[in-house]
Amino acid sequence: MQVFGKTQDNLWTLVAAPTIWGFHFLFSYFLAAYRCAPNDDIFNTIGGTRAAIAGVTAVCLLLILLIARRAWREWRADGGGYSNNQDTPEARERFLEFSTLLLAALSFAAVVFETLPVLVFWDCR
Amino acid sequence: MTDTTDRTPTGPDQDDEAVRRAQEARLREVWAAPKGWRYWSAVNNTEVGIWYTALSFIFMLSAGVLALIVRAQLAVPENDLVTPDFYNQAFTLHGTAMMFLFAVPIFEAVAIILLPQLLGARDLPFPRLSAFGFWCFLIGGVFVMGSIFFGQAPSSGWFMYPPLTTEEEFTPGYGPDIWLLGLSFIEVASLAAAVELIVGTLKCRPPGMRLNLMPLYAWYVLVVAGMILFAFPPLIAGDILFELERLFDWPFFDPSRGGDPVLWQHLFWIFGHPEVYIVFLPAIALVAMIVPTFAQRPILGYSWIVLAAVGTGFISFGLWVHHMYTTGLPSISLGFFSAASEAVAIPTGVQIFVFIATLLTGRVIHSVPMLFVSGALANFVIGGLTGVMVALAPFDWQAHDTYFVVAHLHYVLIGGMLFPVAAGVYYYWPLVSGRKLSDRLGRIAFWMMFAGFNLAFLPMHYSGLAGMPRRVWTYPESLGVGTANMISSVGAFVFAAGILIIVWDVLRPRGNEPYAKRNPWNAGTLEWLVEMPGESWGVRSIPAVTSRYPIWEQPNFIDDVDNGRFYLSDAAEMKRETIITSVLDGKPLQCLRVPGPSFMPMIAAVFTGAMFIFATFHWWAATIVAMGLSTISIMVWLWRGTAVIPEKPEKDVGLGLKLPLYKSGPHSVGWWAMFIMMMGDATAFLGLVFGYYYFFTIHADFPPPSTVGPGVLWPTVAFGLFAVAWATAFGARLSNQAGRIGRARVLMAAGALVALAASAALLWGPYVTGLRPTAHVYPATVWVITIWTAAHGVAGSLMLGYCLARSLAGRMTPAHDIDIFNVALYWHFVGLTVIVTVGTLAYLPVLM
Repeated sequence: MQVFGKTQDNLWTLVAAPTIWGFHFLFSYFLAAYRCAPNDDIFNTIGGTRAAIAGVTAVCLLLILLIARRAWREWRADGGGYSNNQDTPEARERFLEFSTLLLAALSFAAVVFETLPVLVFWDCR
Repeated sequence: MTDTTDRTPTGPDQDDEAVRRAQEARLREVWAAPKGWRYWSAVNNTEVGIWYTALSFIFMLSAGVLALIVRAQLAVPENDLVTPDFYNQAFTLHGTAMMFLFAVPIFEAVAIILLPQLLGARDLPFPRLSAFGFWCFLIGGVFVMGSIFFGQAPSSGWFMYPPLTTEEEFTPGYGPDIWLLGLSFIEVASLAAAVELIVGTLKCRPPGMRLNLMPLYAWYVLVVAGMILFAFPPLIAGDILFELERLFDWPFFDPSRGGDPVLWQHLFWIFGHPEVYIVFLPAIALVAMIVPTFAQRPILGYSWIVLAAVGTGFISFGLWVHHMYTTGLPSISLGFFSAASEAVAIPTGVQIFVFIATLLTGRVIHSVPMLFVSGALANFVIGGLTGVMVALAPFDWQAHDTYFVVAHLHYVLIGGMLFPVAAGVYYYWPLVSGRKLSDRLGRIAFWMMFAGFNLAFLPMHYSGLAGMPRRVWTYPESLGVGTANMISSVGAFVFAAGILIIVWDVLRPRGNEPYAKRNPWNAGTLEWLVEMPGESWGVRSIPAVTSRYPIWEQPNFIDDVDNGRFYLSDAAEMKRETIITSVLDGKPLQCLRVPGPSFMPMIAAVFTGAMFIFATFHWWAATIVAMGLSTISIMVWLWRGTAVIPEKPEKDVGLGLKLPLYKSGPHSVGWWAMFIMMMGDATAFLGLVFGYYYFFTIHADFPPPSTVGPGVLWPTVAFGLFAVAWATAFGARLSNQAGRIGRARVLMAAGALVALAASAALLWGPYVTGLRPTAHVYPATVWVITIWTAAHGVAGSLMLGYCLARSLAGRMTPAHDIDIFNVALYWHFVGLTVIVTVGTLAYLPVLM
């Protein structure tokens, strides 16, 4: 829905970025678990799995960046103020946009964290 | 609807004292708690919340006594104060009760008291559901806790790992069954509370309270209730598998027949780790209310707290395997969980910094609640730091199952939860009883608790690193941890003495000690509108809010509320009422009639509890009778108390605003409750499906090639019949809405019958192909998923029958169609369940 010529924020837009983190986390874990089980040949490298996780990581980071970009632009367009305790729809939007931005930053960092094991572990040991 | 933008508090008649007195008399009568023995039929948040809180504290004290027995036993090496078996029961019940009977219920209990006050609401939308939750908690809690007096308490650790707990030779008796069935029952109550609190936070805010003006406590409640919704169902799924193995020998966790004990660990910790944050966040929420009051300024960085709450809520679901680092999973898997365990420190740390910054920029008033908050932050930070250590797999391999972990978890839970709760007790006691607790006793209690706690748990870091294992009833002198353990035991008793002082302070006779002055801490949020002593109506009139701290920032606010110059200052029709508002901006949408006192929630809880308790002792006939009575009592409760057609379509709620009295579909709170409940239900179902795919992953051949599955024919027939039942439910809703009542009734009757046929067809598949659930984990998994889905079909059939009866009785009409709207929503979820069930059980094996 559009208000003030921009997307109206709500609780779903707020949790979109951490939801992407959740997807990335489950995808990485399930794929690695599936690839490594039954755990018969633990010294075999799992390049394909690692590449797939890296690919999904890139997509997820991009989506989170898009969410962050939208939140940032709309928050800046509205003056980018940190004060959002007024009784106006603008203050509500400002609050949700800034909180979305913060959650997107956290989710970005968390997705990067989640990808680090792929760089370190090359097999199923 | 009339214009809602003008919220200037006015109303000429409110200046007439006689008018106000008459309004107050009506409100007082409508909201009064029942007298005499009928008192126990009360459902108002002011009664139920207090019972709930008191009972949680009683369980906490009982579990604390068990901890003291444990510490007495461990005070000296090679002690034989208690038997190993009693020691096992004591530490298991200590952990179980502290988590399930204190930490989680106290959140629900306190939220039931505080949330309506914080939102200026008269009550939460489903008071009888809260009462039902309380009675379930009472019955289940007494059942679990009482088992120790019969020497039958669970004795295998609070996480009940199989095969220790599934093999009769290791754990004879009823201990694990009491744990599984008693706690499953309480988990149902927790889910009920989660539904109540989510709908309460989103829909019962006062007019004008936009999302950005919501008290931080409400944000935390929203996040935590959401977490309960996704964390508890996997444990319920695990409990179902576990109990089927214990009662009927279905081999889910038995490796000799294809099962795997690690599956239980997954399902338990998918619940168990978010649980830690479910416990921690509501306590921190209390801190978020206390800190601004004593800094005498608004919280600094409101958005950052919301970031912390929401961020922690999500990431806490990615930590569960850090309890399973030593189960032999591939290192890459451990890496993912280690990464998330480190990442969660970011949002957790952010809120600590926000509190410190708020205190630094304010003028801090020294007080007992602030003392407990300071102690909480200090202890929690220590627990957080050891948490970052044990989140690293290599360190954890060393520390796992030692007293180092015991020290870590107690620093986190006592620092992060018990100290904030103690702060909350001192802060909110005037709201409950109209009087402050003693400052002097509070200070003594704090210093005894703080010193005793650190004395008890700091040495455990050393004991653990020196090699002392957890859950072992004694230790040899040669281990060299005798002194450390003696200090720990002394500290534990000092800590317990501190708690007893608080108990004394709460219970001591007050004589004619005067009531506290109103808003005794000079706080800014709505809960302090309460009068000393409080009235059971909550607020005199439901205010229009324009600020985060209305008492501080809105001029003449308390006076306007008290003189009924805001909304619903009267109960002209002698009904309990509150206002429903929109999610984003708190626009008034409906005047909701909330139900009053009733024994039905208690009766329903008694029968439901009886069902679980009879099953524990394998009294099957009694179990089935109790199940029937429980279903009937719930239906009687719903029939009499829900979706009541009002005597007029709308009413004037004050300030020239007219609101409808009845709303259905997505505009009704009942629809929201059904939606939220079914999200939890779907999560439990996914827990069972997770089991299927888990076995699919770990076994090279699953389904085993030698076994036939449920076939394709009967699942397909069931799928078709379920599709018809779904369509009739949906069609009945549309027909009824369009005024074609006759057709709607035919569809409801047909749907009820087809749903039964569909369930039967689904069950017929594995029956006719001769799948024996005790033979191997594959048939057992097929059966459990089939039974789950079929049971939902039967419940859906009952619901359609109920709607038909409502329609025939004139309690459901085209304009008043809450029942069929909610049942149609239920059927959407059943539809999805059927698609996953049939797809997984019948078609996937064909495709693979």
